[in-house]
Amino acid sequence: MTTVALSKPTTSCSVGVVKPETLVIHYPLTLTCGAVLPSYQLVYETYGRLNDQASNAVLICHALSGDHHAAGYHHEDDKTPGWWDHYIGPGKAIDTNVFFVVGVNNIGSCRGSTGPASINPATQQAYGPNFPMVTCADWVVTQAKLADHLGIDQWAAVVGGSLGGMQVQQWAIDFPMRLKHAVIIASAPRLSAQNIAFNEVARQAIMTDPEFHGGHFLANNTIPKQGLMLARMLGHLTYLSDDLMGQKFGRELRSGHVKYSYDVEFQVESYLRYQGEKFATKSNFDANSYLLMTKALDYFDPAHEHDDDLVGAYTPIQAQALVIAFTTDWRFSPERSMEMVKALRQAGKRVVYAEVESTHGHDAFLLPNTYYEQVFAAYMKRVAVEAEL
Amino acid sequence: MNLKPEFTRLLDWIPQGARVLDLGCGSAELLAYLMKHKSVQGVGLEMDPVSIIASIANGVDVIQSDLNDINLVAMFGERAFDVVLTTQTLQSMQRPDYLIDSMLRVGQRAIVTFPNFGYWRNRLQLMSAGKMPVSDSLPYQWYDTPNTHLCTFADFEHFCQERNIYILEQRVLGNAWGAEWLPNLLGEVALYHIEKGIGSR
Repeated sequence: MTTVALSKPTTSCSVGVVKPETLVIHYPLTLTCGAVLPSYQLVYETYGRLNDQASNAVLICHALSGDHHAAGYHHEDDKTPGWWDHYIGPGKAIDTNVFFVVGVNNIGSCRGSTGPASINPATQQAYGPNFPMVTCADWVVTQAKLADHLGIDQWAAVVGGSLGGMQVQQWAIDFPMRLKHAVIIASAPRLSAQNIAFNEVARQAIMTDPEFHGGHFLANNTIPKQGLMLARMLGHLTYLSDDLMGQKFGRELRSGHVKYSYDVEFQVESYLRYQGEKFATKSNFDANSYLLMTKALDYFDPAHEHDDDLVGAYTPIQAQALVIAFTTDWRFSPERSMEMVKALRQAGKRVVYAEVESTHGHDAFLLPNTYYEQVFAAYMKRVAVEAEL
Repeated sequence: MNLKPEFTRLLDWIPQGARVLDLGCGSAELLAYLMKHKSVQGVGLEMDPVSIIASIANGVDVIQSDLNDINLVAMFGERAFDVVLTTQTLQSMQRPDYLIDSMLRVGQRAIVTFPNFGYWRNRLQLMSAGKMPVSDSLPYQWYDTPNTHLCTFADFEHFCQERNIYILEQRVLGNAWGAEWLPNLLGEVALYHIEKGIGSR
């Protein structure tokens, strides 16, 4: 099986330089919305080595603006590691000396897998706003195709935070026999009305930007920068906690005194504008993808088909679960995680739950935190012991 | 694995293959033992992060929660367990009565252990020195103790009688000879196996 570490790890706890790979699937995919993708491609990365029994594979599901690049570096001088490098690597919580780790970019996103910027074979033009709506269920189907390709019948664990945690739930429900453990971090069994409302404001910010051109901005050689920036500012502020913003900025003024103007006056305004602008200009994130990702979040609701009974939705699950929440995460609060824990227990499933003290709000699932790391590592050790790795 | 004497004294109250909930499970040594030797399906509730990491390492399903806040019935449903136990935790609860009530709703039977405030050494310290007792089973000073609801065997048995809780069996731990005959005076730690009395709600 392919292992893509091209050089020796640059540090003892990094997977080192990694190279993304591409899997093209020449087979139509019927999506939940009814639309059909005649073919599609998945970009993915792997870390560690798949053992002979293929029993040590771990799938990483990414969140809204994440991608396949979960750990390591893309070249020797690369300063920014993958988005979950704190937790994936030799000796880390997801230990690549033990596990074969797979990160995959979801379709509809914009980091290499088929998405709105891809060419629609039917029209020979970019899909743009005509890219069909995708759901967690669709993603899980494509991820299963990748598992087939890699020779993995059953994941030792499927792991994800936030929107990634929703895919983990979907995996456990839709393919109960194909994973032994489900690790669901800073997630929820479905979005609340408030969460959907935040997403809608973000979408409106993008869609009402004159540069959006009904989603055909690329054909017009432009991007809805302002809209993306606003969407990111809103998103970003909901990922932080009130406490943290208070700590970090308080009411601090940039120039030391108020100017009675609409210029940037408070430090927090400056910070948010910086984050928004960075995302809108430097990340190359496709605005149509942003819209699609937020819709996938909104649609996720496994209990819906079971008369809103989450216990019923979870009944087919065979995997054991680890659920982790963060105290100051108000977007995906500990109470929402407790709903999952409760339903899993009442459906007769095995579950471990930890509530991690953190000031970092929803973002905490990406950041270093000793207790989080130890819980995660202890559980992954258990996964390894059970799989006799 | 070497179990604490307190744990070995209650093993025969837990049937083979039982569904067991341990409230305040610590590092989950007891549950890990029961899972291994009695094939129980164990779940632990615990609040302390260090204990939670140890519980996970011991292979036990632990749910981080504060026993003072959690609604056990809403969480697990009625009669979800064969045995619900709490060892050396009751006396530090805000409302021990609420806890026992919910234990007997989510479980068929309950096991409760606690330090006996009526133990003769405790009585002696209070009587002779006029000071709050400090001992192996009560290792705290009055100002830093988590044990806000200490009781004696007599108190607990009176409570059970009032609430129509049936005491299946009572055991004591204590070095003194005769602890079985004069438990409230000579027993240092109490172990109770209880269930809801007939006709109780």
